[in-house]
Amino acid sequence: MNGKDLAQLEEMAIRVREHIIHMSVNGGCFIGAALSCADLVVYLYTRFLNVTRHNLNDPLRDYFFLSKGHAVPALYGTLVEVDLLARDRLKNHLKSCDSVYWHPNRSIPGVEFHSGSLGHQLSVAVGVAMDCKLRGQTNKVVVIMGDGELNEGSNWEAFLVASAYRLDNLVVVVDRNEFQANVRTEELIPLEPLSEKFEAFGCGVSHVGGHCFLGLDETFAGLPFAAGSPSVVIAHTVRGRGLPSLEKRADRWLCNFSQEQIEQLLEELHDNTDRNWNEQ
Amino acid sequence: MNYENALKEITLADERYVVMTAENRAAIRNLPSVLGDRFIDTGITEQAMIGAAAGLALRGRVPVAHALATFLTLRAFEFVRTDAGIGNLPIKLVGGVPGFLSDANGPTHQAVEDVALMRVIPNMYIFCPADEQDLLIGLHQVLESPNPFYIRHNALSPVVEHDPDFEIGKAEVVSNGTDVSILVYGMLFAQAYEAKNLLEAQGKSVRLLNLRTVKPIDEAAVLRAARETRLVVTLEDHFLTGGLFSIVSEVLVRRQVTANVLPLALVDRWFRPALLGDVLAYEGFTGPQIAEKISRKLNGQAEKKRRL
Repeated sequence: MNGKDLAQLEEMAIRVREHIIHMSVNGGCFIGAALSCADLVVYLYTRFLNVTRHNLNDPLRDYFFLSKGHAVPALYGTLVEVDLLARDRLKNHLKSCDSVYWHPNRSIPGVEFHSGSLGHQLSVAVGVAMDCKLRGQTNKVVVIMGDGELNEGSNWEAFLVASAYRLDNLVVVVDRNEFQANVRTEELIPLEPLSEKFEAFGCGVSHVGGHCFLGLDETFAGLPFAAGSPSVVIAHTVRGRGLPSLEKRADRWLCNFSQEQIEQLLEELHDNTDRNWNEQ
Repeated sequence: MNYENALKEITLADERYVVMTAENRAAIRNLPSVLGDRFIDTGITEQAMIGAAAGLALRGRVPVAHALATFLTLRAFEFVRTDAGIGNLPIKLVGGVPGFLSDANGPTHQAVEDVALMRVIPNMYIFCPADEQDLLIGLHQVLESPNPFYIRHNALSPVVEHDPDFEIGKAEVVSNGTDVSILVYGMLFAQAYEAKNLLEAQGKSVRLLNLRTVKPIDEAAVLRAARETRLVVTLEDHFLTGGLFSIVSEVLVRRQVTANVLPLALVDRWFRPALLGDVLAYEGFTGPQIAEKISRKLNGQAEKKRRL
């Protein structure tokens, strides 16, 4: 990735955050969770997934699943920026005239399957990855999961199966922002040592700063991390990244701001771009 | 021909099919060697199996997923509802030892709310064959249907030669009487058939309907039974709540048709675990016991009429 590429990604990540902020009004959205994985989604759609508006039905495309469905504003925003979703549809956020609601669904181009109920998408992705293998295809299947979501037992079933079926075409990106909905993960149901858990389940594991595009590039270039094994990227992120007034705030979950607050947040975002938060 | 061989024929001939199981191979023991990679055993993981089935279906496969009925419909319920249901994916769920067929396993293994649970899911259809022959008659159509389908697996031997004409949403009319209609699905068909014969020996005219699919239900056949016979019996190895009695009641209320209905089901309790024959006798579901209950009801009706 050269300097120009990096600058483009960082600019796109800012625009995606602007979209997210604009979705935090008139009903609002899960802004902290969206900001936490915004850079991951931007990275995947620009640098990793071979998904474009022209190949959405091609069985050889890569597959992306946002398992932490409540972070969907990051996905909506990115899909707009990569020209998959019509920009106008963002105006329909939470309106019954469209299907741009708090969780992803298949009426959104690029969304492979609806999500929102935590602990589902990994097993769905396992099925897709199995079929790619069955057909001898080399496409990749990527899932972004929340760390709090790892409480769900169904994920661990799916990891067992993924590992048993040697699904090295499967990449799980854990958005490790260290928050559940309301409390810190380590204060409630501690996940650490997390690497060891994934390794024990037969996965290859790598850590990366989840807001650092250069680091992500380096990490994804190393896939699969272990031959014949599913890969887990533990992406260390910050809930609310980009808006210091919201960062690491346990009391900010579903946020519904006033228009005035939105203006302030946009200002905050742009003031904050000087502080290079894309570096870990 | 048994279920396994029929499934083998269908799935071998069509690459879209994958046979899945949550390590419940009783009915499909010989398929791994035949189907190779299209046989997928996820281990004892009902939830992950259904999630994976959804992923396979997204790729154009038709997964035929096996597990014990209770774990398939209860443990994995939210996956069935959220992945197969909302997705409206052609996932076929084959529930092993449903209802009384779990015989001596005990209440943990008693799928006696499976019909209630599956039928509330939009798009989900339900096939409850009377026996293995009936299962094989309907199998191909059920697998070919674009809907998600729950199949109450039943490999009992047939007591009649079933009508080979199968249509989703159509009951098999076994006999066409006028005194009483017995509406039944699944394994209790044999007991219903015996009850029919006993009642006929007493001079009663009995209509016996093998419903086959309880969703969609053969509404026309239910309404004809209500209009043309004096008593409608709903017979099921299922809780009274949410099963056939509920389905028939809903049809009658919606169509503003009144009928005398005698529900024979498990009323707010699990059944006493034992081998199947004992279960039927203890719970009052043998042919003679069913005939006796129907006979009493019919005679009671006649008595009431005389007194009026």
